[in-house]
Amino acid sequence: MTDIPAKASVASASNGSVLLTLMKARTFIALIAVLIFFSIAAPNFLSAANLILMSKHVALNAFLAMGMTFVIITGGIDLSVGSIVGLCGMVAGYLVLNGIDLQVGYTIYFNVFEIALITLAVGILIGAVNGLLITRLNVAPFIATLGVLYVARGLALLSSDGRTFPNLVGKPDLGTTGFGFLGAGRLFGLPVSIWILVVVALGAAYLAKYTPLGRHIFAVGGNERAARISGVRVNMVKMFVYMFSGFCAAIVGLIISSELMASHPATGESFELNAIAAAVLGGTSMSGGRGTIGGTIVGAFVIGILSDGLVMMGVSSFWQMVIKGLVIIVAVVVDQAQRRLQQRVTLMQMAKAG
Amino acid sequence: MTAADHDVILKLEDVSKVYSGTVAVKRANFEVRKGAVNVLVGENGAGKSTLMKIIAGVEQPTVGRILLEGEEVSFSSSGDAVNRGIGMVFQELNLFGNLTVAENIFATREITNRFRKIDSREQDRRAAEFLERLEAGIRPDMLVEDLRIGQQQLVEIAKAVSLDARILIMDEPTSALSAAEVEILFKVIADLKARGVAIVYISHRLEELIRIGDYITVLRDGRITGQEKMKNVDTQWIVRQMIGSDAKDFAKADGHIPGEEIFRAEDICLPRVTGGLAVDHVSLSLRAGEILGIYGLMGAGRSELFDCIMGRHGHATGTIFIAGKKIRERDTTRRIRRGLALIPEDRQREGLVSILSVASNLTLASLSRFVRLFHISGAKENQAVTQMVRELAIKVANPAQEVSSLSGGNQQKVVIGKALLTGPKVLLMDEPSRGIDVGAKADVFRTMRKLSRDGLGILFATSDLDEVMALSDRIAVMSNGKLTGMFDRGDATEAALVAASALGHGPIPHGEPAYD
Repeated sequence: MTDIPAKASVASASNGSVLLTLMKARTFIALIAVLIFFSIAAPNFLSAANLILMSKHVALNAFLAMGMTFVIITGGIDLSVGSIVGLCGMVAGYLVLNGIDLQVGYTIYFNVFEIALITLAVGILIGAVNGLLITRLNVAPFIATLGVLYVARGLALLSSDGRTFPNLVGKPDLGTTGFGFLGAGRLFGLPVSIWILVVVALGAAYLAKYTPLGRHIFAVGGNERAARISGVRVNMVKMFVYMFSGFCAAIVGLIISSELMASHPATGESFELNAIAAAVLGGTSMSGGRGTIGGTIVGAFVIGILSDGLVMMGVSSFWQMVIKGLVIIVAVVVDQAQRRLQQRVTLMQMAKAG
Repeated sequence: MTAADHDVILKLEDVSKVYSGTVAVKRANFEVRKGAVNVLVGENGAGKSTLMKIIAGVEQPTVGRILLEGEEVSFSSSGDAVNRGIGMVFQELNLFGNLTVAENIFATREITNRFRKIDSREQDRRAAEFLERLEAGIRPDMLVEDLRIGQQQLVEIAKAVSLDARILIMDEPTSALSAAEVEILFKVIADLKARGVAIVYISHRLEELIRIGDYITVLRDGRITGQEKMKNVDTQWIVRQMIGSDAKDFAKADGHIPGEEIFRAEDICLPRVTGGLAVDHVSLSLRAGEILGIYGLMGAGRSELFDCIMGRHGHATGTIFIAGKKIRERDTTRRIRRGLALIPEDRQREGLVSILSVASNLTLASLSRFVRLFHISGAKENQAVTQMVRELAIKVANPAQEVSSLSGGNQQKVVIGKALLTGPKVLLMDEPSRGIDVGAKADVFRTMRKLSRDGLGILFATSDLDEVMALSDRIAVMSNGKLTGMFDRGDATEAALVAASALGHGPIPHGEPAYD
């Protein structure tokens, strides 16, 4: 009588572990699946030119998704990244075209390198505002970043009265030329934006894995109270993740303006949703404490390849949205199933042992 | 009271409940009898509340069967259990503070008129009837958040009584009641009993149990250790079943002499949100190599005192000194660096990050020790982890395992290891043996002895009398936020400790503060 259920549970436990491994590798399996599917279904899909073009598209979302991953691991959310992209693009465009008028008859013009630094600083600053609202004023992350979403978008529109800053070639005599390098330049045959992505991704992955700050990010998301008692400076950790997210958004703002050689204030609308989708698809848990940079990058590639591939197959953009939505939902359902399975396997083992 | 055999209405067969990390109830067989008070007793963490939550449908058993009047049932929610006539008064109040008393009593089974509109007049009238019986002067239209805790407990009781349940579970119903309110509650219980209701009554207060119980069941470490008719047992029997004949292994004192003073707290105060002081002008000192036990009942302010010492409350006042030096840092991070470490009472909520690995949990508080520039040296970290696992005898196959997969005792050792890796001078341990099995308890006690021999000062809080008597060099007693006694081990008697822990806990007259 007691033997039979015991055996059954052992059997289900070992089945469970095979299933568990498959589930854990799901994002990677999904990536390989979309690659195989489109290389058969869409001609030219595997050509070098197309792969590089797709990577450039994916990179934009991947930057935002990395910042979002850290935020979500701490148990927060950053809805403002799309607006920060727009605002930072406008800052860069404004500086290239107009410089800063000192109101005393002089106008300072910056070179492209300085403009990039200032733009990144603006992104980090907006991230810091998010962080201060959340840590000092105890505003829920959803609300704080929603508010900043509107404020930043409004500022972007105000900066040009809603117009586009066109033709950002700059003037040689002012030293403002060369802005196109970020978006159109190449190093060793690959677009500059890809190289930046590689550097930032490696840095973020290193941070997550090998630094105290990275450990603390996971600890805060896993159990904020326990982290606090262990001496983790929870507020500093939170400040960092929102500032990093702002930094990533500023990079995207720079790259897009540089690619288009123009800054449009509506750039980046709804980018935050794609970033969240990539992070979740890559295994980041919305309840905090779980996620990897590698997973998020793979997630961004799955989403990016899916949409570009569907375009190449001529699928209507309406259907694309439906498919993207379904993929995200399936990803989360599988994630939940994995969590439950894992828990049940351990609990049953303990019940039998105890 | 004729203890003629009452019929069994509900029966649990071989029920076990496992949470991640702990087995709360092990193979319990439990019978509930009609028209009688079925008493359940056991130490903190013995599994009483879990067992009751299983009966009330709040938790589902991991394995085992529930028989209601001979028929197997499974409750997927407390609603299911209520429909089958099982009501529960929870230990933690489950009331909606923003709603009125009547709305709380009829929550989820609102009385409605023909148009599905809530008939609040009828609800108020019916609620008033139940409240009348409790003689507490509570009006049905009062907001629950405006009531005293004791009154809220009475509302909770009224709510359960109004269910017309066949089985009524009361989990520590008197913990916040005054003596007069307890008398009223007992009248209500007698009344319910006469109507054939089966009552399951959980309490720590032995004298209460002996007075109103008909049957008694004792739980220890999740197992049922005794089941008897109340008239056949006495206090000694109950205590023996609760504590067990296998005397706890407290590890012998080695007779080393404590050294210089290593820690002193002066005039620690912590205001309570609801007014008054949760920690009331507490001062104490601790010598290197000394174990100072702090005994007290639940809510005596022991955990709050530890929190103040660790700098978890910005608004706490008072001064602390380590090795004679005043500590000016007010935040936890820097106090840990100065040599303080806390092992919190609630392992799951405050001790561990359950989704991280054993290794990451162990080194979480001491990462700076393994860092060169900003890089965590994996080799150094592993070395420290391996050493801690060996020293504390943590049973883990691989330190990369998630900490939630360990048993409660091993989880507790991880929390202790985390604190030790920070290299503390003073260790604060809040209920270090709660909810862990006998073997792990002995390990924890042995570790405490060893640490004190190595010259650490240890402050440990407990509500276990045996433990505090056996382990401490000196014993402090707290009651209601105040330090009410300080004994050397030689002078301390159980009676004296209990008396000191009850100071200021008499019947409280309504409306006026009990203490100056």
